[in-house]
Amino acid sequence: MNHDYEYTPGNAFTKWLDKRLPLIRFADENLLSFPTPRNLNYFWTFGFILTLCLVTQIITGIVLAMHYTPHVLMAFDSIEHIMRDVNYGWLIRYIHANGASMFFLAVFIHMFRGLYYGSYKEPREILWILGVVIFLLMIITAFMGYVLVWGQMSFWGATVITNLVGAIPLVGESILTLLLGGFSVDNPTLNRFFSLHYLLPFVIFGVVILHIWALHVTGNNNPTGISVKNTNDTISFHPYYTVKDLFAYVVFLLMFAYFIFYNPNILGHPDNYIEADAMVTPAHIVPEWYLLPFYAILRAVPDKLMGVLLMFGSIVVLFFLPWLDTMKVKSARYRPTYKIFYFTFLLTCFLLGYLGGQAPEGLYLFLSRVCTIYYFAFFLVVMPILSRYEKPSPMPIGISNSAINTDLGTDKNPALSINN
Amino acid sequence: MTNKTKEKKPTRRDFLYITTAVFGATGAAAVAWPLIDQLNPDASVSALSSVETDISSIPEGGSLKIAWRGKPVFIRRRTKEEIEIAEKEDNENLPDPQNDADRVKNKEWLVVVGVCTHLGCIPIADKGDFGGWFCPCHGSHYDISGRIRKGPAPTNLEVPPYEFVNENIIKIG
Ligand code: HEM
Ligand code: FES
Repeated sequence: MNHDYEYTPGNAFTKWLDKRLPLIRFADENLLSFPTPRNLNYFWTFGFILTLCLVTQIITGIVLAMHYTPHVLMAFDSIEHIMRDVNYGWLIRYIHANGASMFFLAVFIHMFRGLYYGSYKEPREILWILGVVIFLLMIITAFMGYVLVWGQMSFWGATVITNLVGAIPLVGESILTLLLGGFSVDNPTLNRFFSLHYLLPFVIFGVVILHIWALHVTGNNNPTGISVKNTNDTISFHPYYTVKDLFAYVVFLLMFAYFIFYNPNILGHPDNYIEADAMVTPAHIVPEWYLLPFYAILRAVPDKLMGVLLMFGSIVVLFFLPWLDTMKVKSARYRPTYKIFYFTFLLTCFLLGYLGGQAPEGLYLFLSRVCTIYYFAFFLVVMPILSRYEKPSPMPIGISNSAINTDLGTDKNPALSINN
Repeated sequence: MTNKTKEKKPTRRDFLYITTAVFGATGAAAVAWPLIDQLNPDASVSALSSVETDISSIPEGGSLKIAWRGKPVFIRRRTKEEIEIAEKEDNENLPDPQNDADRVKNKEWLVVVGVCTHLGCIPIADKGDFGGWFCPCHGSHYDISGRIRKGPAPTNLEVPPYEFVNENIIKIG
C-alpha cells in the first residue's frame, strides 16, 4: 500500500512512547489512516460487524460462565437459574444464544460477498484460508455451546455429531471414546465441551488478528475487483469507513434487538427446553439453523462414511477455492456466466438449509441429492471450466477511471463509469 | 564448511543434534500421552459394566428397555411368527449378512443395544418397513432380528454380552 501520509507524534509523551512501543502509530496506520478503496459497498461492513459479534459472545459468555454449572445433574437447572434468578440473566443468555445466530448470519453474508467479488483470488489466498479456519472454529464452538444447555436437542445433537467421528475406518471407535470420555455422551463430555467452549473463542480471536494482518498486507478487494493503482483510488479508513461500518452495525443491532426482545426463541428448537434424556430420542432431530445445509448434505448419502466425508468436504473444498477459480477477472460484475452459476449456488445453499430441516425421505431426499451434487459441481466443475472459457464483459481500467479496458472486453459500451 | 571439496561426513556435532532431537521428541511424546489419555473413560466410567434385570413380566411380543453403560438395551420376547420371519429372512439380501441364530442365545429373546449404528439415535420399536425398529433420525430400518435392512446405518444393531442367570433374570455386560 502506498502511504503518502505518515503518523507524527504530537506531544512529548507520544514522542517518548513512539520510540519505545509505537502503539499509537500502529493503531493509526491500521485503523485510522489505512488507505481503503473508495468504492466499497455495504457488503464490506460485515468484517467490522463480525468482530463486534465475537466481542459480544466473549463478554456475554464470560458472564454466563459465572452462573452456569457444567454437570449433567445441574446444567439444565443452572440455565433456568440464569433465566429466572440471575439479575438480567435472561437478557445475557438471550444475547448469547441469538448472538450465535447473528454471528453466523454475518459470516455467511461475509463469505458470499467474497465468493461474488472474487476476494479469495491472488493475492488474498491466505486471507481467505484464514477465514475458512475461523468459520470451522466457529462451527465447533457453537456446537459445543449448544450442548452446554443440556436439553434434548443438545444431547441428541451431540450424540449424532460426535458419532460422525465413528465413521472413520479402524480408529473411529477409539477416537470417539476419547472424544466423549465414555461410551456415550455424558458428564465427562459435558465438562470437556465447557472447557473447550470457553477456550475456542479466544483461539478464534487469535486467528482473526492474523486474518486482519493478512488483509492489511494485501489491502481490501473492492466491488470492481480491480486492484488499487494510486491514491486516487483510496480514501482513509477513518472517518469514511468507520462511519459507514458503525451505521451498518447499528442497523444490524436493530435486527439483533428484535430477536432478543421480541422473539428470543424463534431460532431455537422448543425440545431444548426439555432436559436431556439418554433413553428417549426426539422424533425429529435438527441442528441449529446455521448448520442445516451441512446436515442436509450428510443425510443426502445413504452411506455413513460417504455422508461424513461429503459433509466435511463441503467445507474443506473452500480452502482450495483460489486454485479452482483461476479466472483473472475477480468480480462477478464482469463475469456474466459466473454470475448465473453463482446465484444458482446461492439458491442451492438456501434450499439445502430448508431440506436439512425436513425428514430425509421421498422428494426431500431426492432434492437433497440434486443440491449436494450442484454444491460440489459448482466448485469442482463450473469454476475450473469457466476459468478457461468464460469471456468477461468490458470493465473499467481503474477504480476511479471510467475508461473501458479493451484488452478484456468486447466493443460494446455499457455505462460502466464509476465516479468522476 | 571450510573445505568445500571434502565430502561431508557426519561430525560429532551432527551426532549431538540427532541425539538431542530424539531425546526431545521422546520427552514431548511422554508428556503428550498423559494429556491425551486423560480424555479416555476414567475408572468410574469403566466400572459401570453390568446390570441384572427381571424379565419374567415381559409378555410374548413385548419388550423392555433398560440402561446399560448410559445406553439403552432392548430386550424383546419374540412371538413364534416373528422368529419364523427372522429366520426366513436370513436368505434375503442383507447389507450386513448375519443369521438370526447367530444373534440370539435363546430364539425367544432378542437382546440388542438400542443404539442406531448410524449416528447413535434410539430406534423406535414396531415401526419401519421390516417389522422391527425404525430410527427417526435419518431413516434406518431394522428387522425383527435387529438387522439393518434399509437406510444409512452400516451394521446390524449390536448384540451386547449377556447371559441368563436363571429363568427370570438376565445379566447384561
Ligand atoms: C465464538 C463465540 C461463541 C459462540 C459462537 C458461542 C455459541 C454458543 C451457543 C450457540 C450456545 C447455546 C445457547 C443457548 O441455546 O442457550 C452457547 C452457550 C454458552 N456459552 Fe457460548 N459462544 C461463544 C463464546 C463463548 C465464550 C467466550 C464463553 C465463555 C467465556 C461462552 C460461554 C457459554 C456458556 C456458559 C453457555 C451456556 C449458557 C447458555 O446456554 O446460555 N461462550 N454458546
Ligand atoms: S442415527 Fe439412526 S439413522 Fe442416523
